[in-house]
Amino acid sequence: MVRDLNDIIVRTGARILIPFMQIYSLYVYAHGHISPGGGFQGGCIMAASFILLAVAYNLHESKRRLKEKRNAIFCSLGVFIFAATGLVPVLFAGNFLDYGKWSKVLFTDPIMARYYGMAFIELGVQITVMAAMVSIFLDLVTAGKHEEVFEEEKINGDNGRQV
Amino acid sequence: MNKVSALIISVIVGLLLVYSESEFPKWSDPNQPASLHVSPRYIEKTVEETKVPNAVTSVLADYRGYDTMFETSVIFTAGVAVMMLLRRPKNGKRPQ
Amino acid sequence: MEIMVGKFNYWIYIILIMVGFYGMMAKNNLMKKLIGMNIFQWSIILYYISIGAKKGGTVPIIMDTHSAAGQAIRAIDYINPLPHVLMLTAIVVGVATTGIALALLIIIYKKYGTLEEDEIIEALKK
Repeated sequence: MVRDLNDIIVRTGARILIPFMQIYSLYVYAHGHISPGGGFQGGCIMAASFILLAVAYNLHESKRRLKEKRNAIFCSLGVFIFAATGLVPVLFAGNFLDYGKWSKVLFTDPIMARYYGMAFIELGVQITVMAAMVSIFLDLVTAGKHEEVFEEEKINGDNGRQV
Repeated sequence: MNKVSALIISVIVGLLLVYSESEFPKWSDPNQPASLHVSPRYIEKTVEETKVPNAVTSVLADYRGYDTMFETSVIFTAGVAVMMLLRRPKNGKRPQ
Repeated sequence: MEIMVGKFNYWIYIILIMVGFYGMMAKNNLMKKLIGMNIFQWSIILYYISIGAKKGGTVPIIMDTHSAAGQAIRAIDYINPLPHVLMLTAIVVGVATTGIALALLIIIYKKYGTLEEDEIIEALKK
């Protein structure tokens, strides 16, 4: 279904760009407090790096590096981190999503506890956005037939693909 | 619906919007109602209440964190819905 | 003429809204209707962001809290951050809607073999 793209310029460009894209996405997430950025932007850039790998090489390569089951676990892990960060202050007699009460767990003053609470929830948002975008892309490209693509490759062989 | 009637309807909608535009504030006016009620408080208090210099991040994650949580669940639901629509079991076998 | 020069940003967005609306109603292909809906959606997002501009304001990142004269932070120096925040949510909702709409188009194509609207309506009547 998804044939190999045997173009040497696209492959070399993807090989150079993909590690830098992933580090750049973590940079954009971590500097969300000081410069424009945050969770959504970093998650989209990281999903774009996996999509570039699927476009330049084969779909098999992208699924080998981020397995289907792990992707689905990431999808719900982000929402869970967000909700857990909001529910812990309720245990310490505060409101929901009131990050000032995290100071009793982290041993800092309440103002810095709000700073760290914001960093936690941006992490959850980044993980969910990345997993959801990669999952939507893989479903739309193969029209839902993931496993049949790989059984076909095992039967027909690799078509002499260069690495 | 043929193209002539669609064109007439969309021109009528455009004229209605142009008529309502006469009461809008001018572009980049410092005293427009969008910048007067709660947004100066966010800008002035964001470094003293949370030590984050970026006003957009502090409003998104701290002052309006409830909206962000439900938006994250919206993108999660979209991923699950595409999975449910497109993946069908082959040969009519249901997964156990 | 004052209405054209002082409020020129509204004219651009009204033209984009009209283009998107015409595309949603008049075209026959389902994919072109989806693109018209996308144009409509993005023009609304751009309109909201243009509301938050201020004359002589800068990016809302407050770097120096203790300036040279020791004065407090004035809200008139920075542009309004609130429309940017609300539109981040709207962009993500737009992406989710487009993804699900494309999945529905794949299923329609598999079942009827075509993406033209009148042929699908004829096939439904039988």
